[in-house]
Amino acid sequence: MLYFLRRRSLTSLLPLLFVLVGVFVLARLTGDPTSLYLPESATAEQRRAFAASHGFDDPVWKQLLHYLQGIPHLDFGTSLRTGQTAASMALRAFPNTLQLAFATMLISVVVAVVLGSWAAYRPNSLADRISSLLSMTAGSVPDFWFAIMGVWIFAVILGVLPTSGTDNGLLSWVLPVVTLCVRPIGVLTQVVRGAMVSALSAPYVRLARSKGATDVRLVTHHALRNAAAPALTVAGDLAVGLINGAVVVETIFGWPGIGKLMIDSILQRDFAVLQACVLLTALSIFVLNILIDLGYALLDARVRETVKA
Amino acid sequence: MTATSLDLDGATRPRGDVALDVENLSVDIRTPFGTVRAVDSVSFTARRGETVALLGESGCGKSLTATSIVGLVDPVVDIADGAIRLDGEDLIGMSPKRRRAAAGPELAIVFQDALTALNPVYTVGTQLAEPFRIHRGLSRKEARAEAIRLMERVGIPEPESRVDSYPHQFSGGMRQRLLIAIAVALSPAVLLADEPTTALDVTVQAQIMKLLRDLREERDMAVVLITHDLALVAEQADRVVVMYAGNVVESGPVDAVFSTPKHPYTKGLLESVPVAAERGADLKSIGGAPPELSAIPSACVYQDRCPLVRDICRTDRPPLREVAEDHAAACHFSEEVSR
Amino acid sequence: MTTMIDPTDGVAPETGATPPPRSGRLSMWRLLLRDRMATVALVVLVLIVLSTVGGSLILGDKSNDQDLARGAIAPFSLDHGWLYVLGSDKLGRSMIARMVVGGRTTLAVAVPAVLISLVIGSLIGMWAGYHRGWRETVAMRVADVIMSFPSLLMAVVVLYVFSPSASMIVVVLAITRIPIYLRTARAESAELQSRTFVDAARTFGTRPTAIIRRHVFPIVLPTLLTVATLDFCYVMLAESSLSFLGIGIQPPGVSWGLMVSQGRQYLQTAWWLSFFPGLAIVVTAVCSTLLASWVRIATDPSQRWRLTVPRKAAARRRRQAPIVEGEVS
Repeated sequence: MLYFLRRRSLTSLLPLLFVLVGVFVLARLTGDPTSLYLPESATAEQRRAFAASHGFDDPVWKQLLHYLQGIPHLDFGTSLRTGQTAASMALRAFPNTLQLAFATMLISVVVAVVLGSWAAYRPNSLADRISSLLSMTAGSVPDFWFAIMGVWIFAVILGVLPTSGTDNGLLSWVLPVVTLCVRPIGVLTQVVRGAMVSALSAPYVRLARSKGATDVRLVTHHALRNAAAPALTVAGDLAVGLINGAVVVETIFGWPGIGKLMIDSILQRDFAVLQACVLLTALSIFVLNILIDLGYALLDARVRETVKA
Repeated sequence: MTATSLDLDGATRPRGDVALDVENLSVDIRTPFGTVRAVDSVSFTARRGETVALLGESGCGKSLTATSIVGLVDPVVDIADGAIRLDGEDLIGMSPKRRRAAAGPELAIVFQDALTALNPVYTVGTQLAEPFRIHRGLSRKEARAEAIRLMERVGIPEPESRVDSYPHQFSGGMRQRLLIAIAVALSPAVLLADEPTTALDVTVQAQIMKLLRDLREERDMAVVLITHDLALVAEQADRVVVMYAGNVVESGPVDAVFSTPKHPYTKGLLESVPVAAERGADLKSIGGAPPELSAIPSACVYQDRCPLVRDICRTDRPPLREVAEDHAAACHFSEEVSR
Repeated sequence: MTTMIDPTDGVAPETGATPPPRSGRLSMWRLLLRDRMATVALVVLVLIVLSTVGGSLILGDKSNDQDLARGAIAPFSLDHGWLYVLGSDKLGRSMIARMVVGGRTTLAVAVPAVLISLVIGSLIGMWAGYHRGWRETVAMRVADVIMSFPSLLMAVVVLYVFSPSASMIVVVLAITRIPIYLRTARAESAELQSRTFVDAARTFGTRPTAIIRRHVFPIVLPTLLTVATLDFCYVMLAESSLSFLGIGIQPPGVSWGLMVSQGRQYLQTAWWLSFFPGLAIVVTAVCSTLLASWVRIATDPSQRWRLTVPRKAAARRRRQAPIVEGEVS
């Protein structure tokens, strides 16, 4: 187990470093933030002083080295916009994204497992039609349009839901979560359905049937656990996407999450905050991947043996 | 050719009650190009304490007959006609609930491939305990104790420590023993064994067959052995039902059928087995191949490969009729078939 | 023998109920016509392409014609002429003209992006998969890095460093989609290069490029085409999202995604500004998804029989068949 963790950490560190350096360099290619933060009338002297105080007059490699040296001391720089530390801004935004992602995944997994199993058990039933309709819309409906139409119908016409923000308790969760759920539910339902179709026709289900097991037991007991592994893989990918920031949804609904913070930082050339966001999401995706691997091991003894080895 | 089991007990043992009675069973398969009849008016019986072999080549309908009996057919398969009586009660038309209640305590099946038939994500103990949990309502602990007892009975060493292992941690022969243990857990009246030893080494094969035979005696079950292996039939079965292209072509006691076959197909099969005494002689084989299910002749099903074929074989289907006591064949010229 | 009856092998092909097709292309058309959904999808897609490409030649200059007197006309009314049947925006620009031009922009970004990533990704992928070894490792690591990179950031960089034009968005989208084809082509080609017919070609001294062209490419192509059809959907949505976020197509350019974004602030007074362009995206995406699933079945020899089953028989089977082995009744 410890060996497994160590190996995972080492293999993840290099790509992480690569992405961090890439983001650092690319971000600086977007231009000098000086002109954005000083008034038009600022003198050349003032501009030079601003650049020097934030280290923008150094060559990029020197800035990078300085940044990397700060990381072991948990120094991720300060925001140009607010003057707060970049780490505190990213950490404040992150729980909002995490809550949204968690609620979305919870609903998606429950709906997908029920609908997908039902569709696999009774092809061409109502559940099967709903599941293929959902998977079709999942890949075809742009989330920003879905969100805007949701706002139009439920906030503008019916007036039952708030248009944006987080101040209305549970009601403010409805539209963002529903919008975010569209894709995961569609994709996951299709995966669960496919895996359940093959699990239900597997010989071990026939054996269970020959023992006199009821249909419900066949589905929930014998097939579902075998179908869980492919679903877990896809659910993991979807969760990574959600953690990476639901940029569009957070922008539309004014949700103060990491995706919105990231795009704002990009547009405002707030490099330190952008880098902190990238680092934080990369780190949590690393943790998520380990949890998924543990999930595989929990499901299947054969995987447990390879993890131990 | 002698059948060892007959030497031991076959002729002298009194016949038990009829446990399984299949009568005129016909099974259809729906395909994109129309419906084909894969099993056509098959009849046979199996008594308690007796092994009946369903013998035939791949695709002759023997496995489909077996899965139709246990009710595990695919959605594209229809039972078109006939009756399957288990201790006098017809399985066809039985309510799903009654049928589930019968699956296990009255009727069980041993599958061919034990690796795929056992669920990879559960311990063997859980899977062995399942029949007791479903049908006897035992607690987890009681069912587990039963599972250990069963493992011991089918010859798995150290059952207490192996009960929490997973299927992939067992060898092929051990897995097959586990499958048999699950099937006999509730001492069913009828046990179907679908090619139970095909995937195994010859030495393991013999052990598994001995285990099946011992369990049959001990629990007074009727065993239906589905196989393509003539030697296995000769050694294990009391009676044999020879199938060809979905039809029964010959049936009777194994020693009678194998010593004096009354159908040219049975004879052809027997002649294609290499025998040590005839070393050096040419080995005969049956020319041609079985017909496609969609192109089974309406008259005699064997006409295209039969050495005795005559005009009547192309116009009339021969009925399965008694040629000796308890020995029937479906051939117009069964008297001419001899070795 | 198992009891699983697979209609694809054994029973179906030998019956000869369907005569062998005379020519590949002809039979593909016939197969397509038999599938009503796929036919409709293709027709709609062709109509969209024709109307956006042809329409923008005619209506191109109308898309930016401002006429404040005709601002915010509601749709479904012919009072102001057919140009305003889908309404107009606050500046009095015709929605129909803008939809047509926006559609052309969207297609002009999505189609080249898909084609570029398809060609580059498959070539590298087949080459890497055929040769294995370090070439494969390098190609796969590069693909991993591209995949793990925030594409949003890349789009912003391109936007600021270069001029934000449609061609730059094509480049960004093409680069981010290359790994998809690279991985698919590599996996298939790595599997194929170990097959006997490739060994046979090798023993004749055929050069690797010729083997890839003659033995690997024709087999991998159907899979790649299927992926490309599906990916068209994804790229179209990605372009729309970028434009929506303000880092894609810039005004006065028009694209469907940008139109949805611009209409958003008028949601309370002029819903049609956001509704129609979004609907156009959905219709195009649904049609290409439908077509992709048809292509996947039609190009797979072991699945193609499904399309030849007469409709009635298929419907009958659908009604009757529960997937789990049902109780025999």
